[in-house]
Amino acid sequence: MKVGLFIPCYVDQFYPKVAVATLELLEKLGCEVVFPLNQTCCGQPMANSGFASLSEGCDKNFIANFGEVDYVVSPSGSCVLHVKEHLHDQNETKASYIRRNIYELTEFIVDVLKVENMVANFPHKVGMHISCHGQRGLNLSSMSELSAPSFSKPAYLLNMVKGLQLSLPKREDECCGFGGTFCVFEEAVSVKMGKDRITEHATNEVEYITGVDVSCLMHLEGILKRQGSGVKTIHIAEILNTH
Amino acid sequence: MNPKNFNRLFFVPIQGAGLSHSAAAEIFNKDEERTDWHDETLWFVREKRDKAVKQISEWEQLRTLGSDIKDHTLSNLDVYLAEFEKNAQANGIKIHWAIDAEEHNEIILGIIREQKVQQVVKSKSMLTEECHLNDYLAQRGIDVVDTDLGERIVQFRNEPPSHIVLPAIHLKKQDVSETFHEHLGTEKGNNDPQYLTEAARQHLREKFIKSQLAITGVNFAIASTGGFVVCTNEGNADMGAHAAKIHVASMGIEKIIPKVEHLGVFLRLLARSATGQPITTYSSHFHQPRVGQQMHIIIVDNGRTKQLGRPDFRSSLKCIRCAACFNTCPVYRRSGGHSYHTAVAGPIGSILNPNLDMKANADLPFASTLCGSCSNVCPVKIDIHVQLYKWRQVLVAEGFTTGGKKVAMKGMAFVLSHPSIYRISGKIGRWIMRVFPFIFNNKSFNPWYKQREMPEAPEQSFRDWYKKNKK
Repeated sequence: MKVGLFIPCYVDQFYPKVAVATLELLEKLGCEVVFPLNQTCCGQPMANSGFASLSEGCDKNFIANFGEVDYVVSPSGSCVLHVKEHLHDQNETKASYIRRNIYELTEFIVDVLKVENMVANFPHKVGMHISCHGQRGLNLSSMSELSAPSFSKPAYLLNMVKGLQLSLPKREDECCGFGGTFCVFEEAVSVKMGKDRITEHATNEVEYITGVDVSCLMHLEGILKRQGSGVKTIHIAEILNTH
Repeated sequence: MNPKNFNRLFFVPIQGAGLSHSAAAEIFNKDEERTDWHDETLWFVREKRDKAVKQISEWEQLRTLGSDIKDHTLSNLDVYLAEFEKNAQANGIKIHWAIDAEEHNEIILGIIREQKVQQVVKSKSMLTEECHLNDYLAQRGIDVVDTDLGERIVQFRNEPPSHIVLPAIHLKKQDVSETFHEHLGTEKGNNDPQYLTEAARQHLREKFIKSQLAITGVNFAIASTGGFVVCTNEGNADMGAHAAKIHVASMGIEKIIPKVEHLGVFLRLLARSATGQPITTYSSHFHQPRVGQQMHIIIVDNGRTKQLGRPDFRSSLKCIRCAACFNTCPVYRRSGGHSYHTAVAGPIGSILNPNLDMKANADLPFASTLCGSCSNVCPVKIDIHVQLYKWRQVLVAEGFTTGGKKVAMKGMAFVLSHPSIYRISGKIGRWIMRVFPFIFNNKSFNPWYKQREMPEAPEQSFRDWYKKNKK
């Protein structure tokens, strides 16, 4: 099974440790992982700003990098959702193959690898932030608005981690306010949303806030640091990769 | 560059004197305690909704059914509207057709003048808000009294409603007390809700008794019977319509449903979604004028057929105005209805209003994180967040964006389309962040940094690490 590791641009640049953890974790779980060296970005920043017409170059580059693997896997629900919904090309065969075979990390581990045991060890109180695009877009977990049975792929994995004490905030799946370029163009609301998430996690006395999307965590981390809070953010791959 | 110029470059200017959503929301957030109160008040309504919908096991099927009925109706609107008109006329109701807001207002003015009406009461109707009827009539010397408690409060204050179901939800009881002290002469500083409500009740009773013409909205118009249903919790629509000798009901063309049997689906969906009640206190059925009474229905287009012609946005016309999307929206709860500068605010307003005026409402589809909660609570399954994304594309394609944003996006797209340029830019960018952090750590030019620290810039990217350690 050949897995193409898709590392979103801002993770590549600012959070290489998340990418390393993802790579190591996938290898640990028996995958043959390649990291196509010419990858850049999925094009979401332009598309969500209304400039989807400008993401053609990104689409082409994405297909050139990931056209030859069995699966594309990424530690970002949001970027995966964007590719799944919006990747297009003149050569639709390749684009549609990628759209069907791209997975967010935790859904890949649960649904494709069907992992039932993890060796990870993380003896901490951890709050889980449910990222909207992973949840409502990729269906990684049940949604509080719907009348449907409850489930969570990320929580399923975190509950296998030794010593980890998992908690959810009071409003368990409210958006953190990152929202791509929303975080700067609607700065006031964006930050207020982030602060409110943090307050609820802090009430639970967590040491870490984790999630499947680095973007949400980057936003929360920025606020936590400004507040001088002792709560840290950590991507789920980093927790699952502990031993 | 001074920050003002920066704002001009990147933020869409809004036509008219009003502020853009982001600017208004920034002001709203200055009073954090009040923002928290607003957020919690509406979240409470969202939780009530959750409880109510989880009590009936067939909720998701009911949503599907509601959505399907509306889809079918929108595809056969011409047939059902004609059927409704025929049946309503047979019942003795006068039907008027209005192409836009102006024509709607003219029709009402015509009726008022023809019948020499002096006293007009109105129960809550978002369509008349959309048409700015109150202002139109006030300019012509006719005073309309809003009889919904919340609407009356905002009317006294000369404000538009901030929410389509809870018009005065942005106000605290202290605010209401002050307003009533000023307009109704209630005791200064008496914030007791029961006392204040009683004062409003006495005040409105007098208006009802004296009224000659009552305007109501329409929640559902039934094609097969020619009757219509108005849902309220205060019974004010009935008080108005039963006391006045003329009843004028305004409805958008999308309010039609084919048969009476469909009504049950929507009545069950509406109140549970809106306030978490199983049904509104009053679901008033109007079929024909009583003896000596006149009944008029004004069927209004005002851009709806245009929206119907937009394949990506037509399903927004399924909306039954429950406002569940408002209450769940984390952005609405933290920015308040007035930040949306339109009659219908919130997520649904952000996909309806660009249809009415792209330039004036170009900011609204961007007032969202695209979290998708709105689509999940929508009782008729409108894919609101998908339409927000699509409106962004339309607005940019039609030129309703700023030069600065365009240049920034083009630059970003160029860099991200060329792997080697991306790598060099990343390297240089991270180097600058490490060596000259003050360039990014500037609250005037970098909105991120105003209330958030920048992420740390590592020396090597993942790709650098990978080439060193894995390749």
